[in-house]
Amino acid sequence: MLDLFSSGMAGYLAFFLATALSYAIICLGLNLQWGQTGLFNVGVAGFVAVGAYTSAILTTPPGGAHLGGFGLPIVAGWAGAMLVSAAVTAFVGLVTLRLRADYLAIATFGIAVSIQLVALNAQSITGGPFGIGFIPRLFGGFAENALLFNLANLACVALVVLILYIGLERLVRSPWGRVLRAVREDEEAARALGKSPSRYRLQAFVLGGAIMGLGGAVQAHFIGFIAPENYLPTLTFQVWTMLIIGGSGNNLGAILGGVAIWGLWSLSGSAVTAFFPPEQQARAAARQIAGIGVLLSLALILRPRGLLGERINVSRHTEAASLVSNQTDQRP
Amino acid sequence: MNLQFLVDGLLTGSIVGLGAIGVTLTYSILRFSNFAHGEFLAWGAYAALVAAGVLGWLAGGDVAAIAPFSFGWTLILASVIAMVFTGLLALTLDWLLFRHLRRRANAITAVMASFGAAMALRSLLEFIFTSSPAYFSRKLQIAQKLGLGIRATPDQMVLIAATAVLVTAIHLVVTRTQVGRSMRAVSENPDLARVAGIDVGRIVAITWMIGGGLACFAGIMVGLLVQIRPYMGLDLLLPLFAAAILGGIGSIPGALIGGLIVGLAEALAVQTVGAEWRSAVAFVLLIAMLLVRPSGLMGGKS
Repeated sequence: MLDLFSSGMAGYLAFFLATALSYAIICLGLNLQWGQTGLFNVGVAGFVAVGAYTSAILTTPPGGAHLGGFGLPIVAGWAGAMLVSAAVTAFVGLVTLRLRADYLAIATFGIAVSIQLVALNAQSITGGPFGIGFIPRLFGGFAENALLFNLANLACVALVVLILYIGLERLVRSPWGRVLRAVREDEEAARALGKSPSRYRLQAFVLGGAIMGLGGAVQAHFIGFIAPENYLPTLTFQVWTMLIIGGSGNNLGAILGGVAIWGLWSLSGSAVTAFFPPEQQARAAARQIAGIGVLLSLALILRPRGLLGERINVSRHTEAASLVSNQTDQRP
Repeated sequence: MNLQFLVDGLLTGSIVGLGAIGVTLTYSILRFSNFAHGEFLAWGAYAALVAAGVLGWLAGGDVAAIAPFSFGWTLILASVIAMVFTGLLALTLDWLLFRHLRRRANAITAVMASFGAAMALRSLLEFIFTSSPAYFSRKLQIAQKLGLGIRATPDQMVLIAATAVLVTAIHLVVTRTQVGRSMRAVSENPDLARVAGIDVGRIVAITWMIGGGLACFAGIMVGLLVQIRPYMGLDLLLPLFAAAILGGIGSIPGALIGGLIVGLAEALAVQTVGAEWRSAVAFVLLIAMLLVRPSGLMGGKS
């Protein structure tokens, strides 16, 4: 009995962590856009949706009421998700990145609304309000054993996060990453040094969008079912809160924020189910969202750095860097 | 072709235009896109609903509607109360939140905060009033024939007239009075305006009151013509931004014209493409405008 309970607990914990880390993927994409480059994307949910739907359409077996039936392997779905999300991001970026920062915010908000509308109404492509089911699940063969299934998925999602983390850390420390921050901090100075701000912005924006699309695809294959209501502005809002609380500009902060906020969200969600009668639950869930909104606003005022602030990255060729490394060398 | 879309477009356009005036003023004077502006419409509508209910109760039950319209004097008085309330709500939000962020080097932080505030405000409405729709009146109105195959109810006609009066009044205030001159000065250069002896804090407060009040009126229009829902502000947010950019940031006549274009285009799309694609119209217009003329129809600088 106790064994069953503890294995159920472990299974739930693995399930929780796998979900949280799938949010961390999206959060890493947003960190590249906002944390590194200062691009304000209010349409996160839209780019995640594009990735999820693309991968679902590419990999589902024939026979669905939506476009698809290609039955491709999951990895092909993930690659397709990244490509299509990148294309949509590039479109929005090309239109707005040369304009004032607010226009990007408004346009990304608009494209998220429009993508949700397509998901809901273009029934022959997306399955409409019924969504897409029977999305092949990673390690679907383990589905009999919930613990094993969740652990295998957790390992896989964690591996994706690790690869992204290492790759992004390398990028951030590379000359390319330094240009991004130069563009963010002082566009004129970057331009004076011969760097084209709009080109670097577009590159970071598109790469970030592709990562968000990957996050959407990973989630879709973990859960096995997607529907338009998964991609409401609430999702955008959750991911933003994760990044701000975790520490924007810091990849580890993005991952930590993903796990922490998803933990808070799940805990308050189970509190809602446990303490409120069914007819009151929709209202209680509304209060849950309001609470997170207040949390985000408070964090912006009181601790804009988040839990882990941005670390200062300078080129190892500069004097400051050699000074720092000398000091660390002298430590016993 | 059925010309009825003109009336529907004019009505949606008035609603969007009134909301967009607040967006454009906030943008040009406070220098950030306020994603919480849609919530002012929703809060305004609910405030009017509550105020009308309280007034009706004070007057001792059922208040008769004024002849051809669906509403009585309680709603007219409630509208004034709600407009002041919504202006104060906007001021409170500024005092609690935006005031701390506007001065930061990165103005986009204020935009992000407005996004969080919008989420909180909307969820709060859903918590208090639940997500089921509310109505000012359940009376049905008979539409009258106006010729050329166009019909309109008395409510619709009086709301269009009221919009015209409100927008003209605000336009005159901004172009002809000392307050309006100060507003334009702050929008051009806040530091210089302060040096010239303009009380910037007062101008900021007036901007919020005007924006909030007009948003509230737009929300009441939605309530009278359609229904009141916690999500009505979110649904109107994209049209509001599209109208403000279409007309040119900072321009009040531009915001109204932008609103009318969005409204008419939506009504036309409902007739030709289908009602389910209505929400995409504003986005298409927005992208087209950003590609062709990002400074807007009546905007000077982009």
